[in-house]
Amino acid sequence: MTRRDAGPRSIASRLVDSLTENRWIGLAGLAIALLAPFVNATPYAISVMTSAAIFVMLAAGLNIVVGYCGLLDLGYAAFFAVGAYTSGVLSTRFDLPLVATLPAVLVATVIAGVVIGAPTLRLRSDYLAIVTLGFGEIIRITATNLDVTGGPSGIYGIPGLAGDRISFYYLTVLVVAVAVVGAARLGRSRLGRAWRFVREDEDAAEAMGVHTYKVKMAAYIAGAIWGGLAGVLFAAHLSAIAPSSFTFLQSALVLMAVVLGGMGSIRGVVIGAVIISLLPELLRDLADYRFVAFGVLLIIVMLVRPQGLWPARAREAARSTAPREAVR
Amino acid sequence: MKDPANDLVNETVNDPVNETVNDPVNETSGGPSDHPLLSIEDLRLSFGGVLAIDGLTFGVGEAEIVSLIGPNGAGKTSAFNCVTGFYRPTAGAVRLRGRDITGLRPSAVAALGVARTFQNLRLFGEMSVLDNVRAGTHLWIRQSVFDALLHTPRYRRGEREITEQAHHWLDFAGLRGDRYGPARALPYGEQRRVEIARALARRPDLLLLDEPAAGLNHGEKAEMLDLIRRIRDLGIAIVLIEHDMGLVMDVSQRVVVLNFGREIADGPPEEVRRDPEVVEAYLGRDADEAEIEQARASVAGGRDDGGA
Amino acid sequence: MTQLVWNGLFVGSFYALVALGYSMVYGIMKLLNFAHGDLYMLGAFTGFAVLGAAGGVSVTMALPLLLLVLVLTMGTTGLAGVLLERVAYRRLRGAPRLSLLITAVGASFALEYGMRAAAGADPRVYPVRLGGTSLEVLGARVTLQQLALVGVAVVLMVGLNLLVTRSREGRAMRAVALDPRAAALMGIDVDAVIARTFFLGSALAGAAGVMAGAHYGKIDFMMGFLIGLKAFTAAVIGGIGNIPGTMLGGLLLGLLESFGTFWLGGEWRDVFAFGVLILFLTVRPTGLLGERVTERV
Repeated sequence: MTRRDAGPRSIASRLVDSLTENRWIGLAGLAIALLAPFVNATPYAISVMTSAAIFVMLAAGLNIVVGYCGLLDLGYAAFFAVGAYTSGVLSTRFDLPLVATLPAVLVATVIAGVVIGAPTLRLRSDYLAIVTLGFGEIIRITATNLDVTGGPSGIYGIPGLAGDRISFYYLTVLVVAVAVVGAARLGRSRLGRAWRFVREDEDAAEAMGVHTYKVKMAAYIAGAIWGGLAGVLFAAHLSAIAPSSFTFLQSALVLMAVVLGGMGSIRGVVIGAVIISLLPELLRDLADYRFVAFGVLLIIVMLVRPQGLWPARAREAARSTAPREAVR
Repeated sequence: MKDPANDLVNETVNDPVNETVNDPVNETSGGPSDHPLLSIEDLRLSFGGVLAIDGLTFGVGEAEIVSLIGPNGAGKTSAFNCVTGFYRPTAGAVRLRGRDITGLRPSAVAALGVARTFQNLRLFGEMSVLDNVRAGTHLWIRQSVFDALLHTPRYRRGEREITEQAHHWLDFAGLRGDRYGPARALPYGEQRRVEIARALARRPDLLLLDEPAAGLNHGEKAEMLDLIRRIRDLGIAIVLIEHDMGLVMDVSQRVVVLNFGREIADGPPEEVRRDPEVVEAYLGRDADEAEIEQARASVAGGRDDGGA
Repeated sequence: MTQLVWNGLFVGSFYALVALGYSMVYGIMKLLNFAHGDLYMLGAFTGFAVLGAAGGVSVTMALPLLLLVLVLTMGTTGLAGVLLERVAYRRLRGAPRLSLLITAVGASFALEYGMRAAAGADPRVYPVRLGGTSLEVLGARVTLQQLALVGVAVVLMVGLNLLVTRSREGRAMRAVALDPRAAALMGIDVDAVIARTFFLGSALAGAAGVMAGAHYGKIDFMMGFLIGLKAFTAAVIGGIGNIPGTMLGGLLLGLLESFGTFWLGGEWRDVFAFGVLILFLTVRPTGLLGERVTERV
């Protein structure tokens, strides 16, 4: 990134700026994820961390839809399911390695995004929420009822993506890191701005030439791709999938991660996802109450701190700015 | 990966006139054309049987300033909404350089070179002022999803360029406040400037301003008058809805008067201001002579607001 | 054939009862009260607790006792609805839609898992089942208890409609639904009207919960989730915010499901119902009796 500071600024404030810059925070987060196995490498710990990383990817994907574009999707687990089932079914039926199923997964998730988005994205935002919830249920019930998907007991024996647990963990961290950076970059692009214009004021966005329907559809498709790829990692991680992994509870937990961390803030969302996925491990004794606590937490966050724990900055750093004198 | 989102991003205006970037003055000389820039023909709009617009016809030439005036509820903003695609008129046609744009969706109308502001400011409040103005560049920057994901040179170039453009138009609109902070943090008058800068960053041929001077103080109004003139000098045609008669009479080449959805006058300001029907529309039928005199004086400019 | 129609109307009357609360709350404050289905669940469990406290029930006393339980439950869930509005929704009334919806999801979650923590995850068997004497009506098998339940549902719905269209309270509700600010200027206590609406809607949902418990015999903490979705579907079909429309929508959804199940098989029932929802939203988002609303720019 080019640095062209307009005026003289104190070294201290520059230091603070650069330390809170997404890139450094991101690298720090990545370093923590990469070093964690050196602290605790029991199979259980590695499995929990792998699940947490996959959950981060889901949250990054849902953040595109809810955080950037302001569309409440209560059936996000549907995309997760489409990805997991597509790779699971193809790899077990045709004896394919999981990587070979990726093109089909992409096609399937994009189709799912379009099918769900096309009739619903013209609706008012609150209708959309319920309809996505209905779609989530449709996908889950369909997976339960069909034979191809193994019915209620699901699919077993899905091949892994890497040899042992540790290398799969590193592969997952790598993929998730790329996905998170990708989501963040999309957020800072022409399309990402258009998403936020739609979120802020759909009419004004239209008036500036933003085809709001297409832009919303793009958000949906991007969210579907992120969710679907996370589904592939999920299938590889557990080697077995069943409809019970894709309930409304799953969708709600991802939403909670996004809301808790800060809708539209990629840093916040990653932190939120780590908290939501690791907290139950720390609070095992309170198993009965933890979802109650999550529900209450959602209400409290909305009442007290709707922007989340680590909100997106509305303020823009002055650094990427051309010197004004040149223009005047 | 065939990503429909990509098609979306590659879609840019098919308006070759808009190719030049740093010289907004030349863009609007769209070549000789037999058709007026905007023509509205016998426009009608009704909401559940109530006629909001009842036969509105007028045209706007290149780089012309036309004002649309009339009492509150006369249908001025509804007319804007019909032109920009927010309402579908019940009957009649809106043409842009002869091309029928009636019933196109607003983004399609914007893509043909029409920009607007809103009566009640419609900024993207939580986004930075610069991002607000960047919205205007949405239609002409070229950037694919892959440019954005990979941060290609084209991405960097494009982002730099639109930032420069955003600064340029904010300077042009005379914004003094903080441009890096969220738009909602600016005072009202400044937000008006941001909204106009946003519309200008679209580099329109036609700009629709809906009460740009409403709620501004005297000094700010004078600056707005100057800004409107400078916009026209760029070669951009303007349709203006405004209640401040002084401003309207000062800046317009033509004035169209609406009353209860009906067009009651269309002509140069000095002619319209003498039109008895216009005076009556602003005052009511049984006004006595003194009041009419007062209204004339008010319509003639100088004082604020014609009592609309 | 008549059996299918009767089954549809029977289930539909439950849907209609729950959908009314959804619809009224939406009509008055444009909030999809996501937790509404869970108030139905709360009603079922409240009735369960009250019946349990009353001890053994003789078969002859079942119906009168059930009516008493119904009234107690309606009071309880009504107050729960009011409390929910007061704690979770009131402060967010001017906030973006998204915040309100997320709050409602949180409330739903808290109610569901709160009940799981309190009553356990396993289904509970309802302590009262109504006698199964059945009649033949035009070839359909109809039990007396079904007739009684539909009768109660009809009485409740007619009562609600009278309340909303004839009473002073009802007029205040309609005024707030049309324009809260103007209503407030006319001296209507908007907060009180909204609280009353929540009370009525939640009470109806609670009544439906007890009736469902008595009919199906089993209740569990997630029973409100699906019915919430169905109730929303019913409200959308009829025209959300419109009371006769919502009742019609409930009955219609019941009928559609009944026939859909017959053709496609029971395991596809919910898929069919949501398919209908999506179809309706695409083709006629205002519902059968809803008015078209022009959104102003």
